[in-house]
Amino acid sequence: MLSTAIENPEARPPSGPVTVNAGSTAEGETTGFEPKMSARGVNFYYGPKRALKDISLDLPPRMVTAIIGPSGCGKSTFIRLLNRMNDLVPDARLEGEILLDGFDINRPACDAADLRKRVGMVFQKPNPFPKTIFENVAYGPEVNGLRDRLALEERVENSLRRAALWDEVKDRLRESALGLSGGQQQRLCIARCLAVEPEVLLFDEPCASLDPISTAKIEELILDLRRQYTIAIVTHNMQQAARVSDRTAFFLMGEIIEVGPTGRIFKAPRDRRTEDYITGRFG
Amino acid sequence: MSRRDVFQKAGFGLLWLCMAANIVFLGAILWFIAVRGLPAISWEFLTAAPRDAMTAGGIAPAILGTLYLTLGAVLVALPLGVACAVYLTEYSPKGWAVNAIRVSVNNLAGVPSVVFGLFGLAVFVKGAGFGVSILSGSLTLAMLTLPLIISASQEALVAVPQSVREASLALGASRWETIRKVVLPAALPGILTGVILSVGRAAGETAPILFTAAAFYLKGYPDSVFSEVMALPYHIYALMTEGTHPEAQTRIAYGSSLVLLALVLAMSMLAIYIRQRQRRTYHA
Repeated sequence: MLSTAIENPEARPPSGPVTVNAGSTAEGETTGFEPKMSARGVNFYYGPKRALKDISLDLPPRMVTAIIGPSGCGKSTFIRLLNRMNDLVPDARLEGEILLDGFDINRPACDAADLRKRVGMVFQKPNPFPKTIFENVAYGPEVNGLRDRLALEERVENSLRRAALWDEVKDRLRESALGLSGGQQQRLCIARCLAVEPEVLLFDEPCASLDPISTAKIEELILDLRRQYTIAIVTHNMQQAARVSDRTAFFLMGEIIEVGPTGRIFKAPRDRRTEDYITGRFG
Repeated sequence: MSRRDVFQKAGFGLLWLCMAANIVFLGAILWFIAVRGLPAISWEFLTAAPRDAMTAGGIAPAILGTLYLTLGAVLVALPLGVACAVYLTEYSPKGWAVNAIRVSVNNLAGVPSVVFGLFGLAVFVKGAGFGVSILSGSLTLAMLTLPLIISASQEALVAVPQSVREASLALGASRWETIRKVVLPAALPGILTGVILSVGRAAGETAPILFTAAAFYLKGYPDSVFSEVMALPYHIYALMTEGTHPEAQTRIAYGSSLVLLALVLAMSMLAIYIRQRQRRTYHA
């Protein structure tokens, strides 16, 4: 376990109300804010295999937390625990706590569907429904009880605008979403996610299958969304982590090796393994 | 030309020949039936009841009967089969039990249709007391087509990518909402393929309705689901095996065959149309 000094030189001032000096991570490093989400001593097992080892990590509000690490290090497994997508995995077992606004999301009273409305997820490969563009974005609000046509249309338009896709699709809302390009599909998935009005956004390698231009658009979008949402992004791409995130956690073989402000992690990693990874010596 | 090119040309040539052989067989059947059947077709043939010991008049009651039986069978088998497939692919724990059910379903498809006929006689006609009726016949045909619908639906459901299910769940939808609103619509074209196959099978079978629904000759039209009906396949069978005017009857039998073919084709076309429309909307 690393012991790091209190430091927070690079985080921007938050745009909303915060509790100063309230949150502190397992590393003893204060982020300055009550974390929106936090993992406490999380172990996760696929059958007998331990995929995550004693993970403690905070997601401070209105910041982007990047999770980097080589393939198979458990970063996707971890992010999928934050909205309980791993509930579907047979023979999996979780130890430890994952808190959203201080409440354990795995407590019996917490319904997975309700949780996922608050904690949205964008996946590695764009996965639009085989439906029209409109239906894709309207799906979440509809499932969650929004029936009024006008309100629904407004929600769809706002979400598409928020995802910087509106101008490209406003004349083809009734066409199949599968006719969009990969980058557009991924922005549609983001719009679909925003339409449910979540509080936390999880991105699981959102640009893994996109070209550089589409990637740039998604990154710009994430930087823009940061002002309103708490964001976690898993990425293979260290430049991406450096570009979009406020804080970075380095995962290796199911463990957190180092976590801290992104600038510090990249400029002055404290652990040899972090340095090796970000300088491209392995992974 | 290199050896590989020769092999490739020969390979493609062989494939083309197989395809051509199929077309020839299909064309031959259609041509044969059309040539012999067309002379019998007239407005009266399609709209009137048989007369003069089935040597004249039309086959309207049989057309209607086949329509009733087929629609009845699909109406029963479609929801039942799709529900079964949904349970097997979406809900049931994976394991030997599901595999056993899957194998049984496939075996069910191999059971001779006359056995289904006897089953229908014992269970629906006698056991449930539905008598020889549209209801008994439809239920028997439904049993017969169930495996087709189940296996087509299962394949269609399995082909829906897992990522799409995850997307729905991640938006706060329940598993049931995910299945109803995302998975089933995406699987619909494949399910309709099962329906197309079932329609052809149900409309064309004679043995299953022999003891459960079909009448040799009826004066009137059926007035409820408990009525006996005439049906095209059985009508053809009766014309060719009974009666005293083979010549007149053979003509009518070919006419009836043509009508049956057209009927099956028309019902398939309808399903294909729906499938295409669905694909256009949903699959770009």
